[in-house]
Amino acid sequence: MSGTYLGMPAFPRAAAAATRDGRLRANLTHATHTIRDKRAAAVAELDDWAELRAAGAAVKDRTLRHLDHYLEQLEAAVTAAGGQVHWAVDADEANALVTRLVRETGEREVVKVKSMATQEIGLNDALARAGIRAYETDLAELIVQLGGDLPSHILVPAIHRNRSEIRDIFRREMAGWGRPAPEGLSDSPAELAEAARLHLREKFLSAKVGISGANFMVAETGTLVVVESEGNGRMCLTLPETLISVVGIEKVVPSWQDLEVFLQLLPRSSTAERMNPYTSTWTGTTDGDGPQTFHLVLLDNGRTDALADTVGRQALRCIRCSACLNVCPVYERAGGHAYGSPYPGPIGAILTPQLRGIGGPLEASLPYASSLCGACYEVCPVAIDIPEVLVHLRERVVQGGPVTRGGARVVLKPAKGHAAERAAMRAAAWAFDHPGALRTGERLAARTRRLHPRRLPGPGRAWSATRDLPEVPAESFRDWWQRTRRTSAAQQGGSG
Amino acid sequence: MSSRDVVLARVRRALADVPRGERPDEAPVARDYRRVHGSRTTEQTVELLAENLADYRALVHRSTAGALPELIGRLLAERGARTVLVPPGLDASWLAGSDLTRVEDRASATPRELDAVDSVLTGCAVAIAETGTLVLDGGPDQGRRRITLVPDHHLCVVRVPEQVVGSVPQALPRLAPDRPLTWISGPSATSDIELDRVEGVHGPRTLEVILLAGS
Repeated sequence: MSGTYLGMPAFPRAAAAATRDGRLRANLTHATHTIRDKRAAAVAELDDWAELRAAGAAVKDRTLRHLDHYLEQLEAAVTAAGGQVHWAVDADEANALVTRLVRETGEREVVKVKSMATQEIGLNDALARAGIRAYETDLAELIVQLGGDLPSHILVPAIHRNRSEIRDIFRREMAGWGRPAPEGLSDSPAELAEAARLHLREKFLSAKVGISGANFMVAETGTLVVVESEGNGRMCLTLPETLISVVGIEKVVPSWQDLEVFLQLLPRSSTAERMNPYTSTWTGTTDGDGPQTFHLVLLDNGRTDALADTVGRQALRCIRCSACLNVCPVYERAGGHAYGSPYPGPIGAILTPQLRGIGGPLEASLPYASSLCGACYEVCPVAIDIPEVLVHLRERVVQGGPVTRGGARVVLKPAKGHAAERAAMRAAAWAFDHPGALRTGERLAARTRRLHPRRLPGPGRAWSATRDLPEVPAESFRDWWQRTRRTSAAQQGGSG
Repeated sequence: MSSRDVVLARVRRALADVPRGERPDEAPVARDYRRVHGSRTTEQTVELLAENLADYRALVHRSTAGALPELIGRLLAERGARTVLVPPGLDASWLAGSDLTRVEDRASATPRELDAVDSVLTGCAVAIAETGTLVLDGGPDQGRRRITLVPDHHLCVVRVPEQVVGSVPQALPRLAPDRPLTWISGPSATSDIELDRVEGVHGPRTLEVILLAGS
């Protein structure tokens, strides 16, 4: 797995390969089961969880219904507090903007705190092409970056790596990026964390530019919030002279008070903690404390297209806690890479096709990457009905219909792969409407039983590759009914 | 058209189903969750704070105003600290019981200079019992955000019960959004290796909290 999502195969092919990787499955099973039980315990501590969850969903829905209002309010508040607000329609524009802002500082290196938005737009590659080196400072992101790998989980991007793999990556790669791994590094998590501390310390202390995302942006006050554990976030947010935050437009919440809901929902859903070790909030710039230049880049990149879908827009409530990944039986077996985007698991299966459109084979396959068991909906702290959206997107894939792409309404054609299925259904409908033809067909099928193949030819091959074809009986039900009913009626003297 | 106009126009087109004239606050938000979980006396709230701080590996001590300088002196000595960072408005009497070198929080100090300091001593703005959280707001006895970040040992004094609230909903109204806030719940930690929590990454690896009564 190397560092790009371009040209990723559709989910079934990628998942088929991943499920054969025994080590990957063991790593995922261990990690997801650990966190599952802890999350349940953390949630059970609050007897008003249902009310908090409903409020979280309602606050996000209010925001989305009036997103233009809240974005303008946010922009005004951030600007009044000394920040500079930029807007980016898509990934290319956001990357060009950030590259320009970094260049204007004259720096060639930046430190980054983990951000889904910058993963989504491929910022690190764009900066590298401009000769700017971006250092990931979240431990799991560091593991991914050093390993030349892709993230596979929203919260723990290196969840597919176990401790001994991480030790091997540190020993092999750290020297190429800065301070080498300590001599005799073992695979104990404490020693690995210590190695990351030493490796990154130099970067933090000399960094002039920091790049972040944000978990929340408060419209009324212009405050940004970053929730984290390690302190790398605090380092990136306070030590550099310039801070650039790239944030999706759906991350806005209306009021300061709204944080009381999300700061209870997020840590318990995410790391199963009452509260994560560090939360930083900042409003523009503060004289003498932290970066004196602050840029906020507001990112669309498909979000307004998702917003236009009245069923699918609930995906934009997501606060990136990753609880849905940790409970998903499909994610547990297929792993994060099979989803072909930084957003894996159930939320990725509804977010990626909406952000990118369902035109590509990967995106069209994602709504099927689910058994519709509903566990994701149960644990979602903002009550996103993921199964509902999955079914809705499947309908779009199969039947086509109106969608918004790049801000324009277009009508999608039905998926090609489903033409054979629709033709078969039409033929079946005709046959059931014509009893004579059905009878003839059934008798013909019964008489040619020995000649039937084990696998269907042509377009039916994929369907029958994983299913046994039903055996055609020697006699059709209709013929059997006619024969036996006549006989039994005669035996019972016509009393039936 | 600027990108700003493009994005806002797309948002408005996407929301064609929202009735024109609906005000943002008309979209209902029921806040029927609890302001605080359970009923506790003031002492019980302080006790819960102590428990939850300790649960996330903070070292918790209790003191009175009279005994505070000696306690601080002892904790810094046990740590082997020779230098201690102090914010500008820290009560000078707190360090009366220790003879180590005081390093003032100066705007001109480089991160490397801060990295060479052994400990930092601060107050806080609010402490939250239910979550075991200390909130710093950059007040005179807390200083710039970076001074509680770079040194490896943070000693934080919480005035009880007046600085303690029960819950997150009770904390937010006491905090000013325009000040940079740092919420601290235990020493720095990570769950990034096999989703298991390990203490001690980039922030202070030792967090000591003194619950100061009767000040």
